[in-house]
Amino acid sequence: MIPAPFEYTRADSADAALAALSEHGDEAKLLAGGMSLLPLMKLRLATPAVLVDVGRLRDLSYVRDAGDHLEIGALTRHRDLEVSDLLGAECGPLRAVAAEVGDNQVRHRGTIGGSVAHGDPASDLPAALLALDATFVVRGPGGERTVASADFFQGFLETALAPEELLTEIRVPKVPGATFSYEKFNRRAQDWAIVGALAVRNGSTRVALVNMGATPLRARAVEDALAAGSSPADAAEHAAEGTEAPADLNATPEFREHLARVLVRRALEITA
Amino acid sequence: MQISVTVNGAAHQHDVEPRVLLVQYLREHVGLTGTKIGCDTSSCGACTVLVDGESVKSCTMLAVQADGSEVTTIEGLARDGELHPVQAAFREHHGLQCGFCTAGMVMAAVSLLDELPDPSERDIRLGLEGNLCRCTGYHNIVQAVLAAAGEKP
Repeated sequence: MIPAPFEYTRADSADAALAALSEHGDEAKLLAGGMSLLPLMKLRLATPAVLVDVGRLRDLSYVRDAGDHLEIGALTRHRDLEVSDLLGAECGPLRAVAAEVGDNQVRHRGTIGGSVAHGDPASDLPAALLALDATFVVRGPGGERTVASADFFQGFLETALAPEELLTEIRVPKVPGATFSYEKFNRRAQDWAIVGALAVRNGSTRVALVNMGATPLRARAVEDALAAGSSPADAAEHAAEGTEAPADLNATPEFREHLARVLVRRALEITA
Repeated sequence: MQISVTVNGAAHQHDVEPRVLLVQYLREHVGLTGTKIGCDTSSCGACTVLVDGESVKSCTMLAVQADGSEVTTIEGLARDGELHPVQAAFREHHGLQCGFCTAGMVMAAVSLLDELPDPSERDIRLGLEGNLCRCTGYHNIVQAVLAAAGEKP
């Protein structure tokens, strides 16, 4: 399968990428690792006229200590997160989830910023960043702005990013002593989660769900029940509340709701 | 677009359309057909090659993205007529049945052992999760990679 024809330009700086986006408007798509975009282009579900390759902006690939949070460059690859000692020490849940994305080959190419900007509710990292209350740094023609993760994911493959904007950095609060568990249910080892549940306990407990709606979701009813003193098993019964689980060939919405309750309970029992 | 790619140590320059996939480039422009196109959807791993030493699925990478990189395919592993230790271990332990997944399995295993020189059996099974063998010959593949890990190249 071969993508439809497109024009290709390689950006050698964030400014060059922004200039290319301004020039081509919504005809253009940014290409990072390509692990989500290229399959869509091969299936011709995406047919951008111009690809702006930002994959070589190595100055946007880093994990840095910034006091109470970590700064992660948008073009940091999953593999780099998986082996980052700093990330492991200060934000273990994110490193653990990065290690669950796809397979080794995908993690060698795919980037955290690409995953976030793609905004797929079935992806692992967007849900993890939602659970961790991450903040996204976005650059556009008018300068830089930050967007809270709770405001970023707006619909199926829709984010707060405008066509002429570039995600440059992810800021994630440190949770050095947190206990956590990511429960990912799928049929083939490297597949997207049919349902995934991440629980992070750091004082209070936060729970996020993968593939239970048009966006990654926080399981607020579960979090509230835990805060009110419910046991993990009782709190997990609320896992499907407020979700709109999709139907596809892998699962009915009812099966996904069942999976959410089971996976949330498992994750909570491990983190409790 | 004009690209320069080093494939198995040899410099290649070609003018390619941006939409040419790396696997097509390797098979049709460079003429190395050891790399297989399996599922063509980045699920099966048959097209795995090394780009700058790391395993990637060449059906899900554009040739233009490999511009300036070093690519290693299955044809580039043997040295002076001697099989690479992973290739030799696949032969010794019969880590193949029909052979279609083999090139990708071997390349994924080479990358895995580079990152994790002393893997457990579980490490190998997890590390090869991106490669499917539809003969389901996984047992001998895992045994071959374990054996290769014991004989460092």
